Amino acid sequence: MDGISVNYYVGLSTILFVIGATGVLIRRNALIIFMSVELMLNAGNLAFVAFASAHDLLNGQVFVFFIMTVAAAEVAVGLALIVAIFRSKKSINVDEINVLKG
Amino acid sequence: MNFSEAATSGLFFHLAPWLVFFPVIGLLINMIFGGKMSEKAVGTVASLASGAAFVVSVLLAYSLNAVHGELQTVPFAEWIHIGQLQLDWTFRVDSLSTVMMLVVSGVGTLIHIYAIGYMHEDVRFHDEVKRFRRFFVFLNLFIAMMMILVSGDSYLMLFVGWEGVGLCSFLLIGFWYDFDTLGRKSTANAEAGKKAFIANRVGDFGFLLAIFTTFWHFGTLQFDGVFEAAAAHPDPYVISAITLFMLIGVTGKSAQVPLYVWLPDAMAGPTPVSALIHAATMVTAGVYLVVRSAPLYSVVHSASYIVAMIGAVTALFAATIAVGQYDIKKVLAYSTISQLGFMVAAVGTGAYVAGIFHLAAHAFFKALLFLSAGSVILGMERGHHHLAHGHGDHADADAHHEDGEVFDPGDMRNMGNLRKQMPVTFWLYLAGTLALAGIFPFAGFWSKDEILLDAKLHAEHFPGVYWLLAIAAFLTAFYMGRQIWMVFYGKERTEVAKHAQESPPIMTVPLMFLAFLAVFGGALNLPFEGFHNLGHWLEYTIGHVEDLPLNLGVAGVSTLLALLAIFLSWLIYGKNPIKAGQPDPLKKALGPIFTGMENKWFVDEGYKAVVLDPFQKLAKFLSITLDWNFWHDWFHESVIYGFFKWLAAFLSDPVDMGIINAVADWLADLTKRSSESLRRLQNGFVRSYALSVLLGVVAILGYLLFK
Amino acid sequence: MDFMSNPLNVVTFFPLIGVLLLLFVNKENKVLIRWISLLTALATFGLSLWLLSQFQPANPNLQLTINESWIQVANWNISYYMGVDGLSILLVLLTAFLTPIALLSTWSAIEEREKDFNIFFLLLEAGMLGVFMAQDLFLFYIFWEFTLVPMYFLIGIWGGPQRIYASIKFFLYTMAGSLLMLLAILWLGIHQGTFAVPDLIRMGGIPAETQIWLFLAFAIAFAIKVPMWPLHSWLPDAHVQAPTAGSVILAGVLLKMGTYGFIRFNLPLFPKAAIHFAPMMAGLAVVGIIYGAIVSYYQQDIKKLVAYSSISHLGFVMLGLFALNSQGIQGGILQMINHGLSTGALFLLVGMVYEQTHTRDFDVYGGLWKIMPVYGSIMLVVTLSSMGLPGLNGFVGEFTILLGAFGSEAIGSPWFAGLSAIGVILAAVYMLYMYQKIFLGPTGSIVETVKEHGHALRDLSAREIITVAPLLIFIFWIGLYPKPFFELIAPAVDNLVAILQAAMH
Repeated sequence: MDGISVNYYVGLSTILFVIGATGVLIRRNALIIFMSVELMLNAGNLAFVAFASAHDLLNGQVFVFFIMTVAAAEVAVGLALIVAIFRSKKSINVDEINVLKG
Repeated sequence: MNFSEAATSGLFFHLAPWLVFFPVIGLLINMIFGGKMSEKAVGTVASLASGAAFVVSVLLAYSLNAVHGELQTVPFAEWIHIGQLQLDWTFRVDSLSTVMMLVVSGVGTLIHIYAIGYMHEDVRFHDEVKRFRRFFVFLNLFIAMMMILVSGDSYLMLFVGWEGVGLCSFLLIGFWYDFDTLGRKSTANAEAGKKAFIANRVGDFGFLLAIFTTFWHFGTLQFDGVFEAAAAHPDPYVISAITLFMLIGVTGKSAQVPLYVWLPDAMAGPTPVSALIHAATMVTAGVYLVVRSAPLYSVVHSASYIVAMIGAVTALFAATIAVGQYDIKKVLAYSTISQLGFMVAAVGTGAYVAGIFHLAAHAFFKALLFLSAGSVILGMERGHHHLAHGHGDHADADAHHEDGEVFDPGDMRNMGNLRKQMPVTFWLYLAGTLALAGIFPFAGFWSKDEILLDAKLHAEHFPGVYWLLAIAAFLTAFYMGRQIWMVFYGKERTEVAKHAQESPPIMTVPLMFLAFLAVFGGALNLPFEGFHNLGHWLEYTIGHVEDLPLNLGVAGVSTLLALLAIFLSWLIYGKNPIKAGQPDPLKKALGPIFTGMENKWFVDEGYKAVVLDPFQKLAKFLSITLDWNFWHDWFHESVIYGFFKWLAAFLSDPVDMGIINAVADWLADLTKRSSESLRRLQNGFVRSYALSVLLGVVAILGYLLFK
Repeated sequence: MDFMSNPLNVVTFFPLIGVLLLLFVNKENKVLIRWISLLTALATFGLSLWLLSQFQPANPNLQLTINESWIQVANWNISYYMGVDGLSILLVLLTAFLTPIALLSTWSAIEEREKDFNIFFLLLEAGMLGVFMAQDLFLFYIFWEFTLVPMYFLIGIWGGPQRIYASIKFFLYTMAGSLLMLLAILWLGIHQGTFAVPDLIRMGGIPAETQIWLFLAFAIAFAIKVPMWPLHSWLPDAHVQAPTAGSVILAGVLLKMGTYGFIRFNLPLFPKAAIHFAPMMAGLAVVGIIYGAIVSYYQQDIKKLVAYSSISHLGFVMLGLFALNSQGIQGGILQMINHGLSTGALFLLVGMVYEQTHTRDFDVYGGLWKIMPVYGSIMLVVTLSSMGLPGLNGFVGEFTILLGAFGSEAIGSPWFAGLSAIGVILAAVYMLYMYQKIFLGPTGSIVETVKEHGHALRDLSAREIITVAPLLIFIFWIGLYPKPFFELIAPAVDNLVAILQAAMH
């Protein structure tokens, strides 16, 4: 990996993060939003790994494991919530889930 | 040891406390077991208790004679010991106290016995047999208290008896507390008792002040200690103060002007009470007090003169009222006041022996007169009873109390010619009358004469006393004569008088004893060389006494006056007896003066206007206006509580609601309004939240990058 | 002596054992409740006699003391300091003596919430005993305020129709006074470095100027409690509205806390001020005597009459105390006991007839002696005791007080005593008025009224006689042979008089 500058990785990571963020902001399907969140997390992972390799440190790599665990847990909880919401609302359109509005 | 040895050795003096214990035991027995005892038994126990006290008195007198009158004090128990104040229950046996003991227990016992018969009928006429026992309990209590009075060794112990007899007087005057004197339902008798107690308390107030002054100046209340200290420092102001304060007590207890008003009302009590307490014993306590305090009174002439004048004025004043009374007991009551005036005048002029002599003689004949009057009244009651119920018809026992027409068995206008129906009583009454009028050789002649003689001899120091007393003596004979003619002579003025019945022997026999004493009581102190027994006896206590021989001038004048008065009364009441419904012949002769006499010179009304009504008004003003309306309601309710309410209202409305609450409200409004506008941000779309998070992150990052 | 077994602690807190037991009793089980509290009170009385047996009459100092350091913050030295001496021993005994009597009287009078009533009553007893034993100002104040609470409820729950009004007035009046006292206590304690009364007395050294302010602060608190004229307005309300037992304790003990406060604190702590104020206090006392007596006379309600008579009687006590000589103070202390006995008995007796008639209006009474002879006789003795008839207890107290006041150096004039002696006449006036209205004269309409309700007036029951009999015994005992009582009081009073004498010259 020596040949490739860390900038590319960071650039990819940024692109991925922006795609994920945009997806979260503009999509209405909860599942898609979820996938977008996943995308953002992995963009973060990529940045961690890239910097870790560049600076020759282990911390970043270890962090990725944590993030992956958290992501898995988040997916589990998130999906369970979506299923529960779908059962009551018959829909996973997030615009319809606005009962908390002020 | 035989009897006379025992007497000389002073052994009997230890019996002194039993003067009090015997009557107390008697009353306790009657109080605890009396409910199950018969009338006779109750009366016997009480009489025995009183009789035992008499026996003790005799023993004490006998022993005292054996030790030549030497003062004996018998300590019994400690009482109040605080610093210098050392008071004990100590009995004092000297020649003066023994005379009093003998009179009290002797006359007292006779009256106890008489009362067994009298009360037997009295309780029946009042339809309440239960009160028989109560009467004897009170009577014994009286004897006990009187014994404390005469045998106490200090002013305070005397005061204990003094107030104690006042209590008994209250209880016994109000004995028929649910009636008036005519047997109608009323509070009159109870009021009379209360009046007596309160008038006495006014006197006691003076006595108390005398005691306080004595203590703080002489450091003790024990008689001898006081007299010694007084002799050592005869400060005339102090002694005047003490003697005059004491005089207030005397006027209360011995019914002198101006506190005498209770005594006539005291006749509401059963007749034995009138005889024992309100004639023979209790009312003489004031005389006893003055004689006992002779060493003080003899120091200050002005005080003595005031005493003498009060006595003399009372003697005359009461005698005038007695002339205008119709109730047989009221006449005797005013006569008692008058005679007490004689005694007080005597002791005021320093004639202590004469005072005590008259006290004893008066006890005999006035008790006799009262008890005979009681016999007359009961005789009339029996007659009335007989008429009201016909023969054997006792079905409605209450009838004669409720039949509307009230018969007064004590009104002399209802009597007349009673000597026919009640001969024994008549003779007894006559003996008493002659003694009281001062006819030779009855007891009253000797004693009254001695007083008049003393007053005459000391006339330059005590001007006026003799003349007042002489006129009073004249009136005495007159009203007694009037009574005899009205009651026992002439024609029966009512049917009842025709049916009056003589009293049983249990009542008349004690009277005979008293009559004997009334006739021969003068022997106590005959004014002849070698006699003067009472004088010599009292010398042991009050120091040297001059033996006054019989002064034919004084005796002659007073006898003449008495005979003249009796003759005058015969002219008016005896020669032409008044008929039923006819007004008193004196009324025409004397006009308004007689109206004054008849109405007791309106003294009661005067007291009511000057003392009682203002007191009522004051009490009403203080309790209703001042204490309740002003202080309780206005000040506490309106001012304090009202101010508090106003303050609370002020603080809660303008201050709390207006200022503090307004600030809080404004804050709340502010919050509310700002949140109104801010709530639009909360649109419920997760996206917009996420966007704001993103923007926030960008902003923070931007800040970090460009700061 | 061991803390827990000290007689003072045992006596003071024994009633709380009864309270604890009562908490575990079903409130329906009235018989058990009555017996528990009565036996507790009797046992407390027994223990107080044990305390008396440990007490040495000849010793003028505080005895059986407990002195434990309690609150020590900064320079505050507050201690748990208890002790008795001649000034308080009789009041301790009186409290322990009157409580079972009052409790016994409630057996027929109190019919609802008996458990609460008895609990409050025993709490009250503990508080009162504490007041008379506390020797630390702070501790005293705690006990003093503590007694208010149960009394407040006793009047407020079991009282007459206007009980709420009366209880609040009672509470506020007393509170208002005691706050000033609290300030004075705090000033004294902080300034002098100790709250212990004997130490404060020993130290002395409070300048006369300051004494006057402190004296006044204490005096107002106590004067309200006594109550001295013109601070008496709470008394008629409280007495009339309180249940019988409450009136008995109120008259018998609570009022004495005021007069006791004067002897225990005002006289020895501020002797110069006491001498300075003696004529003024005596003057107020005289006004109270006469005023109370005259106002009593015009009452229509029996209890109100007795309540006002208390103002008159306590005037005598105050007059005696401020005579500042041994006759006056000893008489004053004895008169406190006498008033407790006589007026306590009066309230008991009035309560007994009230239970049958449910009215206290004089006008419907009359002639009861005929129907209730035992009651009439007992009432007569108590009435006479209250009006100071020689041979009964009231006289011994009144006489010594008047004698002391008559020659008092501090009061300075015999006029005060002379005027007060008029109170002796007036006492006869209103007491005989009361007696006559109830017992003499023709029978009143109440007899018929009661009959219409299906009863007949009955004489006292055995329980009622047992309730008043102990009081009668002491009425005679003190009247005829007061020596043992004076012997308990005398040494401590001599001590006090010595302090006052030292300040006088």
